[in-house]
Amino acid sequence: MSTMNWAAVNADPRFQDLHRRKSRFLWGLMIISVIYYFMLPIGAAYFTDLFKTKVWGVINFGLIFAWSEFIVAWGIAWIYARKANAEFDALAAEINRDAMKGAK
Amino acid sequence: MSTQRMLLALATALPLPAMAQGAVSPEYKWLTFLVFGLIIALTMFVTYLAARRVKSAQQFYAAGRSVTGIQNGWAIAGDYLSAASFLGIAGLISLYGYDGFMYSVGWLVAYITVLLVIAEPCRNIGKYTLGDILAFRNDPKKAKTMAAISTIVVSIFYLTAQMVGGGVLVKTLIGIDYEVSVIAVGVLMLAYVVFGGMVATTWVQIIKAVLLVAASLLLVFFTWLPYGFSLPGFLEAAVSDPKIQAQVAKLLGDPATSMTATELGQRFLEPGLYLKNPIDQISLGMALVLGTAGMPHILMRFFTVPTAKDARTSVIWAMAIIGGFYVLTLFLGLGAAMNVGASKIAAIDAGGNMAGPLLAQYIGGGENSMLGNLFLAFVAAVAFATIVAVVAGLVLASASAMSHDIWVGVIKGEHATQEEEVRAARISSIIVGVIAIVIGILAKGQNVAHLVALAFAVAASSNLPAVLLTLYWKRCNTKGIVLGMTVGALTAIGLVMVSPNMTYPNVVRATNQPIVDAGPAKIAAAEATLAVAADDTARAAAQKQVDNAKAAVVGAQAKIDAVAGQTTSIVGLEAPLISLKNPGIISIPLGFLCVLIGSLLGREKRSDDMWEELYVRQNTGIHAEGATAH
Repeated sequence: MSTMNWAAVNADPRFQDLHRRKSRFLWGLMIISVIYYFMLPIGAAYFTDLFKTKVWGVINFGLIFAWSEFIVAWGIAWIYARKANAEFDALAAEINRDAMKGAK
Repeated sequence: MSTQRMLLALATALPLPAMAQGAVSPEYKWLTFLVFGLIIALTMFVTYLAARRVKSAQQFYAAGRSVTGIQNGWAIAGDYLSAASFLGIAGLISLYGYDGFMYSVGWLVAYITVLLVIAEPCRNIGKYTLGDILAFRNDPKKAKTMAAISTIVVSIFYLTAQMVGGGVLVKTLIGIDYEVSVIAVGVLMLAYVVFGGMVATTWVQIIKAVLLVAASLLLVFFTWLPYGFSLPGFLEAAVSDPKIQAQVAKLLGDPATSMTATELGQRFLEPGLYLKNPIDQISLGMALVLGTAGMPHILMRFFTVPTAKDARTSVIWAMAIIGGFYVLTLFLGLGAAMNVGASKIAAIDAGGNMAGPLLAQYIGGGENSMLGNLFLAFVAAVAFATIVAVVAGLVLASASAMSHDIWVGVIKGEHATQEEEVRAARISSIIVGVIAIVIGILAKGQNVAHLVALAFAVAASSNLPAVLLTLYWKRCNTKGIVLGMTVGALTAIGLVMVSPNMTYPNVVRATNQPIVDAGPAKIAAAEATLAVAADDTARAAAQKQVDNAKAAVVGAQAKIDAVAGQTTSIVGLEAPLISLKNPGIISIPLGFLCVLIGSLLGREKRSDDMWEELYVRQNTGIHAEGATAH
């Protein structure tokens, strides 16, 4: 592994670009999901009237919000997987290929 | 806090006289054994096949990195859906409605953290254990020692709760003695781990997860069928159900008298019947959302797949399975509340853990039908398989920490042959397994309720800050992770020791004495009803009342006797110092803060030098450990 020049890969503008895009995307999604999750216990505790409001028959806002937590969690996972499969993997593979070539 | 109460109920549930034989009627017990025998036979066959493949350390710890993303997704779900979440959440919903369902959300959201910031980097730079990740750029011996201690502590907490909960569960379901079921769980689990390593453990998780999902789908299908699979129809039936209305009236007490029947039913779909303290709720949520990603047996699962992309796929699948399962629990819980009734569910197990199994029995045709007992037998067997599988995953994680991190990494200085390492791993598994069995037996009847939540809190306050900052913060170093992991774990444990989770003898006496005092009057009243009962049905119902009243007194007296002569808790307190049951909200930020402070105390050459390599590798997968040819 000593043959690999890690500093060179790190300095590669393509790696910098991958890193920047990935970080912004990942931590952005992470913050959204944490905020959305904690809205559920906070809402249930401090906004009970809103949670009790009936929306469709006996189905109230609280139930819909709890179901939406599942949809949002799955949605974030789906968005991330799509982006990573389509974009990050290709960039990483390109950097990986060139780095291995350079190491030989 | 709900995990605690759920497991408290599991751990302290006393089998009622009428239920001494377990929930499965004696004449159908053979069915449970048959179903469970088939499951054991299947998993043993898989273990036999796996044992022939497990020759190298990579096979033993990481299944040769040849598990596919989809398989690993099912295995993660298998590792995660423990008896507490499988039976406990359906039970909470059956007793408390909306709050039980809300509680399940955090268990799914936890995987967002795993997916976004943990799974792929760990796959790219890790080898077999948490210790390998921390040792990448920190002092290897110190990092591995810390990681191993933390892994073993977290696993033992989690494992003890599983063993004790499992023993009680099996006793309640099929009436097998507590000690026998603990030993059975231990021996079976050891067979999987010792002979089949990660290969067998993975397949046991997959088999168990598939069975669990199949059982739930079956139950939901038959529960929802009478309502034509209409969601509003099903929920309207729940709101207008007299059993649910009676349960809400019981939970609310006096305020319920001014409410109409429909209002009472509707109240079941609104928050606040169970979770009373929002800060505790948020604290538990933090421990779940951040702790799952620090659970050693979950982390380990990402070393079994060939690439980071497969690690990603496996979390996506795990989220689909786990989330789908939790969505179904709403139907299981409400279905059990309508068809079985909260009073009957709570009579067998105060925490509601029997809601799912009793619903299965009802759907099949009831207590005395063949099909009802077959369904119950199936669910009981799946519950047993669940405990065995979860314990196997935990034992494998701690055994790997012992053999790979401590023995090979620290003691032998990374010089061990494949044969030596595999042998060390097998011996470690036996040691951990025997410890698990012994703790399980010693902890009989103990309040181990807080241990699951504590395991997550320690993982979130100790492992996660260390892993996350090692992966993403340039200045992080050995001093930081040693300080952070120590302070994080000790704070979490220390806060629980002085929290309301512990047993305070004076409090126990104050709560249970009134039950004992009121007992004779209640028993007399029930006996009076029995004396004038008109027919067999009324007589049976009255007899049950008498038995329940007697059992309540026996149970309360047993709790008082258990603390006889004591005035203080295990750490010498008469009353809790803090009202918080979940330490996460304090210990997690403190864990992160201490990694930061420790790291800033001084620079380390290796931590700085290895940063570029770590950062490039975790993002690109260059030099990631590949799969073995097979």
